[in-house]
Amino acid sequence: MRVRLADIAHARSGDKGDTANVGLIARDPAQYPVLVEQVTAARVAEHFAGIITGLVERYELPNLHALNFLLHGALDGGGTISLKTDAQGKVFSTALLRMEIDVPNG
Amino acid sequence: MAGGVVRIASGQGFWGDWLEAPARQVEGGPIDFLMMDYLAEVTMSILQKQKSRDPNLGYAHDFVESMERILPLAIERGVRITANAGGVNPRACAHAVADAARRLGLSGKVRIGIVSGDDLLERLDQLTEQGHALANLDTGRPLSDIRDRVVSANAYFGAAPLVEALHRDANVVITGRVTDTGLTLAPLIHAFGWRPDAWDVLAAGTVAGHVIECGAQCSGGNCLIDWQSIPDLANVGYPIVEASPDGTFAVTKHPGTGGRITVASVTEQLVYELGDPRAYITPDCVADFTTIRLEQAGPDRVRCSGIRGRPATDKLKVSVAYFYGYKAVGTLVYAWPDAYQKAEAADRVLRERLARLGLRFEALHTEFVGADSTHGRLALRGLDVSALPEVQLRIGVRARERASVERFTREIAPLVLNGPPSVTGFAGGRPKVEEIVAYWPALIDKRVATPCIETLDV
Repeated sequence: MRVRLADIAHARSGDKGDTANVGLIARDPAQYPVLVEQVTAARVAEHFAGIITGLVERYELPNLHALNFLLHGALDGGGTISLKTDAQGKVFSTALLRMEIDVPNG
Repeated sequence: MAGGVVRIASGQGFWGDWLEAPARQVEGGPIDFLMMDYLAEVTMSILQKQKSRDPNLGYAHDFVESMERILPLAIERGVRITANAGGVNPRACAHAVADAARRLGLSGKVRIGIVSGDDLLERLDQLTEQGHALANLDTGRPLSDIRDRVVSANAYFGAAPLVEALHRDANVVITGRVTDTGLTLAPLIHAFGWRPDAWDVLAAGTVAGHVIECGAQCSGGNCLIDWQSIPDLANVGYPIVEASPDGTFAVTKHPGTGGRITVASVTEQLVYELGDPRAYITPDCVADFTTIRLEQAGPDRVRCSGIRGRPATDKLKVSVAYFYGYKAVGTLVYAWPDAYQKAEAADRVLRERLARLGLRFEALHTEFVGADSTHGRLALRGLDVSALPEVQLRIGVRARERASVERFTREIAPLVLNGPPSVTGFAGGRPKVEEIVAYWPALIDKRVATPCIETLDV
């Protein structure tokens, strides 16, 4: 079944310089392995192609059923330099929630 | 501190946070400590500018107003306060609070602890001569790249100097640049006598600090999951950590307040501004966020346990602020029909005019607010842009020199009469040229940046 991440996960993001972090959290812990398998750093990089200029790193927090992504070159220089409305990456999290993935039926 | 539990309340998540929050925390129920975080990177450079104009300024004046309101009850109830409101002038901040305390008739009852020594601005050349490169953590470039443009330079201290001030019986501890987490960790070290190498409990106190350092952001504010059912945000309760000597703690809030504290709301805050979760580095320890166990222990009550830590590094982070250049952002609002297309056309017209003027920018950035300003091209996929009832065109430019940015600000308003139609929302006049102060993150050996701790009796 094809679902949007928004339907099975929640998220929060923040900034560190020109890097945005997105924490992606499974709503149901049983769905966490699906996130681990499908929401890879490579897929997230593809999702944000043209929006970020740097690499994507992924970290796993199985204890919180969460993945943490670092999106480098996401904020037009970041902080005070950036010309973006979302200069602090506050809503980058919701842009990730637009991604669609396949989850097993049942 | 009933039953060995210490209650630390969060009263301010950033400078500009809710003015009501500190009073609500002190009045709303029993707490032992109130922590208040005021400093963001941008704040230090603003405060440095204020201090350079007036040596009595350079701190968060909101804090003094807050103290005027809550100090009598805080002193009566024995609530002690930790705050990094001192900015680049903690002594001046302390004297302002002392004046306020005297006006409130609290003479003889208040001891203010002052933590300084984080300010490295005057020592920068000496430090680099001694071989402390202060190279940019991200780029590796030497400080000499920006030395002549430095506005402020501060090391981040951890909990230790606050602990010393609390040991000296300070009721209010005012610091310069200390870590946000240190404001919560310090009272726990002080109350429980945690040893400086007890890495697991230091990590636990650091995680507790991370959870409450952004105020209501863990108790229902800015909380995405099931946000529509979060009760009574108008009356939101700011978080309180109830910590035990073994490092376990609960996150809760005063009864009768709004918001919601669940495993999910706390998890959202745990991942906020997180890097490598196994290595959350502070001056006090390295906390491992993959060891945190959360459980719902009752309504609006989440229990945290299992936290492990590793030894602190021998470095402190240093934030150097330096003058970078100029920027300006202009906006115009276009109305249906074809609002999006009109805004796009206006953007093309403006860019062509800027090019003909020969203006050069380091960056020229266009957003169509109402369509793509937050999600970029991801938002446009499958969207019928011609159905949008209105679109705000938002164009920003950035340059090292002021002149081109200044000229840009004069090219927005003419579009109202000589560009695409159905445009409004320019009442603010020309965009303002802003100076950009940027950040240079670096590290320095702990032994060369030592804190200074003083007390001031009112």
